[in-house]
Amino acid sequence: MNDVTAPPTGKVKRIRVPQRLRNLELGILIPAFVIILSAIVLVQLGALGHVDTQLIVLGAGLIVLVLGLHITLRFVARDADPFIVPIATVLNGIGIAMIYRIDIAEGNEGWDSIAVKQIAWTAIAIAAAITTLLVLRNHRILFRYTYLFGLAALVLLLLPLVPGLGNEVNGARVWISLGGFLNFQPGELAKIALAIFFAGYLVRNRDALSMTGPKFLGIQWPRMRDFGPLLIVWAVAMGVIVFQRDLGTGLLYFGLFLCMLYVATGRFSWIAIGLSLFVAGAIIAVQTLEYVRGRVDAWLNPFDQSVYDATGGSYQLVQGLFGLAKGSMLGTGLGQGRPYITPLAESDYIIASLGEELGLAGLFAIFALYLLFVERGFRIGFAGQDDFGKLLGVGLAFVVALQVFVVVGGVTRVVPLTGLTMPFLAAGGSSLLANWIIVALLLRLSDTIRNHPRLVIES
Amino acid sequence: MNRELKRVSILTLAMFLTLFVSTSIIQFFQAPNLDADARNTRTLYDSYSVERGAIVASGAAIASSVPSDDAYQFQRIYANGPLWATVTGYLPINGEATGMEAALNPELSGNASSQFFDSLNRIFTGQDPKGASVETSLDATLQQAAWDALGDYQGAVIVTEPDSGRILAMVSKPTFDPNSLAVHNGQQVIDSYQALVDDPSDPLFNRATGGDLNPPGSTFKLVMVATALESGQYTPDSTFPNPASYTLPGSSSVVRNSGGGTCGGGATVTLATALRLSCNIPMAELAVELGDAAIRQQAEKFGFNTEFDIPMPTEASVYPRSLDDAQTALTGFGQGQVLATPLQMAMVSAAIANDGIVMRPNTVDRIVNPNLTLLSEMQPEEYDRAISSATARTMTEMMVNGVENGAASNATIDGVSVAGKTGTAEHGEGDPYTLWFTGFAPADDPQYAITVMVENGGGLGQEGYGNLIAAPIAKQVLEAVLNK
Repeated sequence: MNDVTAPPTGKVKRIRVPQRLRNLELGILIPAFVIILSAIVLVQLGALGHVDTQLIVLGAGLIVLVLGLHITLRFVARDADPFIVPIATVLNGIGIAMIYRIDIAEGNEGWDSIAVKQIAWTAIAIAAAITTLLVLRNHRILFRYTYLFGLAALVLLLLPLVPGLGNEVNGARVWISLGGFLNFQPGELAKIALAIFFAGYLVRNRDALSMTGPKFLGIQWPRMRDFGPLLIVWAVAMGVIVFQRDLGTGLLYFGLFLCMLYVATGRFSWIAIGLSLFVAGAIIAVQTLEYVRGRVDAWLNPFDQSVYDATGGSYQLVQGLFGLAKGSMLGTGLGQGRPYITPLAESDYIIASLGEELGLAGLFAIFALYLLFVERGFRIGFAGQDDFGKLLGVGLAFVVALQVFVVVGGVTRVVPLTGLTMPFLAAGGSSLLANWIIVALLLRLSDTIRNHPRLVIES
Repeated sequence: MNRELKRVSILTLAMFLTLFVSTSIIQFFQAPNLDADARNTRTLYDSYSVERGAIVASGAAIASSVPSDDAYQFQRIYANGPLWATVTGYLPINGEATGMEAALNPELSGNASSQFFDSLNRIFTGQDPKGASVETSLDATLQQAAWDALGDYQGAVIVTEPDSGRILAMVSKPTFDPNSLAVHNGQQVIDSYQALVDDPSDPLFNRATGGDLNPPGSTFKLVMVATALESGQYTPDSTFPNPASYTLPGSSSVVRNSGGGTCGGGATVTLATALRLSCNIPMAELAVELGDAAIRQQAEKFGFNTEFDIPMPTEASVYPRSLDDAQTALTGFGQGQVLATPLQMAMVSAAIANDGIVMRPNTVDRIVNPNLTLLSEMQPEEYDRAISSATARTMTEMMVNGVENGAASNATIDGVSVAGKTGTAEHGEGDPYTLWFTGFAPADDPQYAITVMVENGGGLGQEGYGNLIAAPIAKQVLEAVLNK
């Protein structure tokens, strides 16, 4: 309290604290903007052979929006983490540059341009993040509506199965179509609702879930009556895999729950049970669901000619590997490779596109950015004062990490390929919206934990 | 809670480390294997992104690469495609190349080991890589004349330079447009290719150097006369019995002369007359007297039973081994199991024109680097001495006589002495004949050796014969260059 220098007036007084973190954020944002604009210009020089100002202007518009977010933080979350916004901005911008590069190759122009749509969605997503920050002044409000978020997650998950609203894309029923033109994946938003619900639920019930039951095989097992929640989440995840035919999302939800359950209860036995359930589910899925079997076949024997030629076979996977191989250590250079040969090069396979043109070096840099992003989330978990905030921060960060792992692991044959999208990078509005809201929530949480007293009631 | 969080952090770090390792494995360790996979179209596109050298005939490009807007960067253009298809071949995006595109692919694409320093130089001087150009020996005037003269017939015309073996014209019909196989649309290429394969007239055959080989018919009598004269036991005046029909030794099959009667009257007939009037019976008798071994030896000196790379691979003409007397007798007039390409018969004529020496046939004069320095220059190469100078002179006279007073009269050109021999080869019972002409001109200073082969009886079934159909084609081609 040494810096309290104002004369006593008997009023509530705001302490003037230099916005050290926000200034740092602004300092990191400037190179981030330079990277994004350079990427767009390099794409144009590489693929078009000349500079086209239209997209640069749109890119500059985005920069204004990000600055808007930055200024918002200066007012409503001045102690928020300074790295989160720059990382999300760079990833989002590199994604736009690569999507634009695919647009050029495919001849998409005007409103057919996926990059222009992506920029529009980014604008909406950042606006949503600003709104979240303005509306949600304290994350503990979310705790109050724990079960409402649980219900919301369920509704969002079920929406694509509603006849007339649901829309099947590439075999997966995870889309809804509004008015025939606005396609949206509610599952992306559901993962935020689920993280809030899990955090609230686990904080309320962790004591019961931590109770020890019988000891068996040298491990303290939980009580049988506490199995309910885990079984329900497992059933929901399996339901997503079976009815929505979306392997990745099911895996993501279940992994998120397991992680949060473990952090909340500290019981390793939960992980063991969860993983057993998951393995059992996976075995059943491989044996009964044709699309899952196809994914596993393609994963194990991608170069087998019959698998390569099969519908839903390994063609995309192998083309992605060829692209990555072409990129080698340093990449072909932006705009100078042929990432568009691989199907879905701008969305599910954007990481292979980036690997082709930016090389192993570029991918390492991108992975490092994600790692840093996730680390900032975990930091909230470590430093947080309330368990709900801690759990929510960890859950949101882990869901991003797990999604990156499943997507890149799928492309590089660590795990079977799923239809998940790369956070911030891949083309897709729902994904962008969800991930920018995660950004807003992490910013809010990080602001709370660092909230130094700056309101003083003078006597 | 923080203890669990620490473990989750370690797990997350392990997940990311896995990704660092898996991408390294693919982008570094497996990259060479992935690049070499036959399904890797990126590697294919890379090979197209080099500006391929042109193929040139008479100073004009017959195949060249022009920049294109698509992934391949360059589009191969075949100027007057069907005319030159036999030479250029084609380079499809999704299949094997043929013709010169295949035979000289390393040079055209700039990857030949001899081009290593040139391409290195281009890299260091910041120039785009580029392949070498091929200057062919083909003569645009002669090629066009051969194309026009062959008209709609199914067959081939080949013109060579006797003293060098350079091929000046090579036409095969029906043919195809290589541009249709060079489009940058895989399915379109497959469709066009399948249509050509399914076409019963086999347009993909180069009938000048291969395809379904035909018996050479009476043009093979040149090889017979050469064998006889080279043996030293015969002269043009040697005589043979002259019956109107001849029963093959050890067989009941009967052979007749083409007119049905004797060969020019008289109880005996000379070798010179038998060649001039193209009689079968004396040649059958001669074949039995010489024996198949001697004929084969002579035929092989002319190039039979050898595949020549011109540099495109060609099919070997065939004079088979271990024939009995009846089979040998049939080969005496180019029937039975003897088969020949027009290229082979052109080599026979060219050898007679070239003082008895067979030159290796070739279509390439020079290969020129992008910086216009010479990468390689083809030198005329001797294959073998087939016959002595004396025999060559004697046979030239006999062939001139065949055109002026004999069975090849329709090849006569005013003011130019033409040496020639016609042929009418039979296939199965009732099948249309294959009609031949082979010869050279001018007889006193041979510049062009020509062979014309028309399949399917020239549309006349068994009514067509060499002098009616093939000889006038040769005359028309030669007139285009000799009688200007």
